[in-house]
Amino acid sequence: MASVDALIEGLAGVGYIASRRIATALYMAVHLQKPILVEGSAGVGKTELALSTAALLGLPLIRMQCYEGLDESKALYEWKYGKQLLYTQILKDRMGAQLAEAGGSMDEAMDRLHGIGDLFFSEPFLEPRPLMKALREDDGCVLLIDEIDKSDEAFEAFLLEVLSAYQVSIPELGVLKAKTPPIVFLTSNNVRDLGDALKRRCLHLHIPLPDAALERKIVASRVPGIEAKLTHELVSFVQSLRTLDLRKSPSISETVDWARALILLNAESLDGEVVRDSLNVLLKFEQDIAAVEPQIVELIRRPLA
Amino acid sequence: MQGAMEDFLRALRAADVKVSPVEAIDAHLTVATVGFADRELFKDALCATLAKTAAEVTRFDETFETFFARETFQLEPPPPPGEDGEPEGMPPEVEASELAQMLLNGDVSALAQAMEAAAERAQVSSIRLSTQRSRLTRRMMEEMGLSEIEQIIAAAKKLEDARSQALVARLESGKKALTEEAQRFVDRQHELYAAESGKNLREELLARKALNAEGGIDPADLVMMQALVKKMAKRLADRYSRRRSKAQLGHLDVRRTLRKSMAYGGMPFDIIWKTKKVEKPNIVAICDVSKSVAAAAQFLLTFLYSLNEVVDRMDAFAFSGRMISVNDLMDDNKVETAILEVLKKIGFQQTDYGKSLEDFCDLHLDQIDRHTTVIFLGDARSNYADPRIDLFATIQKRCRAMIWLNPEPESYWGQGDSVMHRYERFCHVAKPCNTLGQLERIIEDVLRTYIPH
Repeated sequence: MASVDALIEGLAGVGYIASRRIATALYMAVHLQKPILVEGSAGVGKTELALSTAALLGLPLIRMQCYEGLDESKALYEWKYGKQLLYTQILKDRMGAQLAEAGGSMDEAMDRLHGIGDLFFSEPFLEPRPLMKALREDDGCVLLIDEIDKSDEAFEAFLLEVLSAYQVSIPELGVLKAKTPPIVFLTSNNVRDLGDALKRRCLHLHIPLPDAALERKIVASRVPGIEAKLTHELVSFVQSLRTLDLRKSPSISETVDWARALILLNAESLDGEVVRDSLNVLLKFEQDIAAVEPQIVELIRRPLA
Repeated sequence: MQGAMEDFLRALRAADVKVSPVEAIDAHLTVATVGFADRELFKDALCATLAKTAAEVTRFDETFETFFARETFQLEPPPPPGEDGEPEGMPPEVEASELAQMLLNGDVSALAQAMEAAAERAQVSSIRLSTQRSRLTRRMMEEMGLSEIEQIIAAAKKLEDARSQALVARLESGKKALTEEAQRFVDRQHELYAAESGKNLREELLARKALNAEGGIDPADLVMMQALVKKMAKRLADRYSRRRSKAQLGHLDVRRTLRKSMAYGGMPFDIIWKTKKVEKPNIVAICDVSKSVAAAAQFLLTFLYSLNEVVDRMDAFAFSGRMISVNDLMDDNKVETAILEVLKKIGFQQTDYGKSLEDFCDLHLDQIDRHTTVIFLGDARSNYADPRIDLFATIQKRCRAMIWLNPEPESYWGQGDSVMHRYERFCHVAKPCNTLGQLERIIEDVLRTYIPH
């Protein structure tokens, strides 16, 4: 974390090839203690960045997947109702005995009642959920809030307190503050526009599809044992696919999957046959496959980028 | 550095990158953390703190490059000393004038610094209009000491000896280079601070421009209009297509609460309230693309296209003589090609509302149920053919709401071959709508009022 270059190297060490911009954003996030909002199309390595950061820093990763209808009780905390129930029953029995000792006076009984510590809403009965777990990690952690754009606006507003002050308010207990602020990643696929308030509290990182050189590096690091020639060919094939007008352009994860598939198929270099057989790893829509298939040979023959 | 940062933030705001005070503070903290020795690092770090969407990142990059671009002066190198006489030969005014010294010595970095300082004194960064450019250039040059140079040149011209002539020539060329550089500087500043406000003004005018005006929309404005319409449709869709259920506190859902309570030995710990499902808008949009609405057709289709992109359940139809479904065309093509295709297929023919309604009722009537909102975009000019009010009434009876948006002003309705007043009786709303601004307001009203909540 000493410098951006060291960070790039460190991330490469755990298998994540970061561009300068990515590393700089991460560097700033750590030094300014701000959450980092990662955007980009599916499969460019948004979630992977958080995983790799956790691996690099040796911190635990706490992941929270967002979806429509996610609310506080699933994200932050919930009371252990069952135990609370048992507690009240025990309390009732004990109390009956104790209050009976107090004799008939109602005032005295009430005094005794107030004297008994109120444990009903207390930490032992608290069931921590991802956000609270992250705040309670003493040595810090990496908190990944995945696909925040899938959650509701209300939940987004609720996150603001956590993200800006690294604390949460629990009405029954008070404010719970993190000892060591976690490194927070939020990822978004841009299903909807996020609120300005949330964006303002975060650093922003947009991960674009990589250029050929970076993608070759990524493939080489993710698929050990792949030959340089094949890497070169497959990356330039994918790059030229991206220039076509497809419904879903292949992203990095598809490239990596494809490279693995090609290795499984024992392909030494790209030819029409192999590509046609394995095209469904790369393209996920019927129309896209139909559009690309007739052009495969031409695409392979294109001069290497 | 603080002054420069503030100017930069202002330039960013002018380029429509939203920078709030908190982000401004962040930017300063960033600079303090990374320093500005490494240009790339400085840029990336600022980008992470300031630009918050992919589009903003692009605009940030552009602004950064323009703002921190400093071209070096193209000055003639000074003649080697000794060849052309000693510096003592210079008139005393040259010694006195800093600017003349810098020009004659070819001191590029000092000139650049002097120019920045002069720009600050002349308040070049407060530029608003393109017509201010020449005046500000002049002011900046004066702040740098242009008058001194001019005096020296005038004095030297009178002397008429060879050395003075050489001095004049060199000063003249220096002055020319300086002027050019100053112009470029002011141009850049204009681009940074004012170009965007010009664009905003154009957008605003466009939003108010009547779309069925003579000649329709200027082709130059078309791209901007498409962007505007897209933004508008996205905003509307964001607001109205997301919420699917809304908690309605107050009504206890006894059945579900009892079932939940089983886990707690019959104690109703989890209390469950009845929720109300919010239906997502289900829209059928029917768009007239005939000759009489030719000017507005393109715009209406653009809106249809954008709405189709952002609303999940929408069926789009277009008609002039006959009616066709344009859903597939819109799904498969980019906006320009989709519009061209639609217009090529059925555009600009004789309008026949009756026939088109017949087509619709024959083929697509089953798509309309009590959840559907029907939006009709057209001028209701049916060329004196039978408007088939009966079919229109059938559609109206089946749908939840019938909305008619007419690009003509209300005073034209019912005149000539317009049968707007006859259709109007069967519409829940019928409104004139011929500017982008109006369209957005009406659609928003429509969605709020007539889309089930």
